[in-house]
Amino acid sequence: MLQNTQTAKDANPYLPSIGTIVEIIEETPNIKTFRVVLNSEGDMKNFTFHPGQVGQLSVFGTGESTFVINSPPTRMDYLQFSVMKAGEVTAMLHTLSVGDQIGVRAPLGNWFPYEELKGKDIVFIGGGIGMAPLRTLLLYMLDNRADYGKITLLYGARSPEDMAFKYELPDWLERDDMETTLTIDAEAPGWEHSVGLIPNVLQEMNPSSENCMAITCGPPIMIKFTLQALAKLGFKDDQILTTLEKRMKCGVGICGRCNIGTKYVCVDGPVFTYAQLKELPNEL
Amino acid sequence: MAVKFLAKDNLVPWLAELAETHRTIVPKREGEAVVFRPFAKEEAPELSARPTESPKSAIFPQCDTLMSFRYTKDEEDPGKVLLDLREMKDESPAVVVGCRSCDAAGFNTFDRVYMTDKITDQNYRARRENTLFVTIICEKPATTCFCNWVGGSPTDTSGADVRMTPLEDGWVLESITEKGEPLLSSTLLKDGDDRAGDAEKIRQQAKERMPEAPDLSEAPGKVLALFENNDFWEAESAKCISCGACTYLCPTCYCFNITDESSGMEGVRLRTWDNCMSHQFTMEASGHNPRPTKAHRLKNRVGHKFSYYPNIHDGNISCVGCGRCIKSCPVSVDIRSIVLHAIAAPAETEK
Repeated sequence: MLQNTQTAKDANPYLPSIGTIVEIIEETPNIKTFRVVLNSEGDMKNFTFHPGQVGQLSVFGTGESTFVINSPPTRMDYLQFSVMKAGEVTAMLHTLSVGDQIGVRAPLGNWFPYEELKGKDIVFIGGGIGMAPLRTLLLYMLDNRADYGKITLLYGARSPEDMAFKYELPDWLERDDMETTLTIDAEAPGWEHSVGLIPNVLQEMNPSSENCMAITCGPPIMIKFTLQALAKLGFKDDQILTTLEKRMKCGVGICGRCNIGTKYVCVDGPVFTYAQLKELPNEL
Repeated sequence: MAVKFLAKDNLVPWLAELAETHRTIVPKREGEAVVFRPFAKEEAPELSARPTESPKSAIFPQCDTLMSFRYTKDEEDPGKVLLDLREMKDESPAVVVGCRSCDAAGFNTFDRVYMTDKITDQNYRARRENTLFVTIICEKPATTCFCNWVGGSPTDTSGADVRMTPLEDGWVLESITEKGEPLLSSTLLKDGDDRAGDAEKIRQQAKERMPEAPDLSEAPGKVLALFENNDFWEAESAKCISCGACTYLCPTCYCFNITDESSGMEGVRLRTWDNCMSHQFTMEASGHNPRPTKAHRLKNRVGHKFSYYPNIHDGNISCVGCGRCIKSCPVSVDIRSIVLHAIAAPAETEK
């Protein structure tokens, strides 16, 4: 978006930058990852964002939807978005090819407090496509490894084939500066990792809550039971971060559909601590 | 401040003069309704009846083109298709003549959201900065009027550039803002100083005719405190048919949708009024809906106007008390009663 180079008074918040899809990765049967480079060299060079911020992708003629930027600001060769096929815009995105033009309005929203997290141990708990926003912060932390304590990742999907970012998993499993646990819901041929629902596997892993922040994203039902598991493990409400999703249109706090009471997920979120969420009216 | 007098017979000629330089929008009778339309010499404006709709579309059209797009072949590489985007903005000067003070004040609600220090809605700003409002005072309130509950009055000038006060033989016109003064430069207007006293009397009477207003200062807290009380919202929304007439006629309802329309290789991105009373408003692609019932949706509409918005915007309620949502509701859902019920709800029912 032009936000980077123009003042709020002059910038048109709805006008996307135009980008080119430079690579498409078929992650799972219903998730594709798009690597996008903004056409204007200046826009791409001046593009700054924080891990956890989102963008709106446009397929002109179909519409716009919100996705997290899941490549970290430390790797700016392209902006990466992973898209699960669910509605009209995501279905149309899935038909695009390398070289196709799309609109990008980004960055939008708030971000993970990565500065405040320095020196802490981190437990990432990702379920399904919910791994995407965690990936941004995880890679950012790996690129600034000395700033953070112990890093633990629990990533779960329904089945091996539903697991995204397969090309990175071997590295994450092998690295000695992070501990990675992968899990699927039920036994599958050839699967050598954990089996079981994320909250149960998390309990078995039994991470210490001391000086630790848990960062979780996934489907609502997983979040619900993960929050309970974290509480049992001694994590306080302000030691848990999550990132929300709502139907959005404008992305800049005007159009009025993503609010939970006074808070707009598009500008006050998408990242909230569980303590902050508990203070909001119950309308997730 | 200029004070002028416009004789009855000079109304249409004066509007015709304005229309030479401004998109001029006036209330007109169409069947049983009074609606805002472009001025035309052969159709007299309807200044005495209260307009059925608000003049919201003068600045915030029901359907507005945000940008146009076009896919073109890359001449250097015919294997590629390029995308061309163009912003669309309407900066033509406009004037709305004959809306009520509550209607003009409605845009103040928009301004706090559409033109902040962080974000500017350029399409809104282009029209807002180039549109003037000539308001007409309300001599007698309708039973559905409650502008004085929410900080307004039948003679309020907070959204006006010029204010009209009707007399027997014409109108007294006062400029309220500097931008409004040029509208009064026409030779069709006579000096109005000698009629100013009569106009002031009329305005005084208009204010006195308003019934006493209840104190709504507790509304933001009380409405929010009832958030988890589903029984309360079920009861208040029981007769609502989710038609959305309230949101479309409301001068402060500013929520919108964005959609694309295309034909062949080109098209437009449109911003259209949306309706929070509709099931689809918050429906997500997964099928999940954070506001699944009309009770949830009515709670959000009332909550937004009387609690969330004032909490964010210095206590300003995002309702101007025009009463259209009551008057035009097919089943007469009354937002005043809902707010009063919330204020009166005993603390123990809050959860």
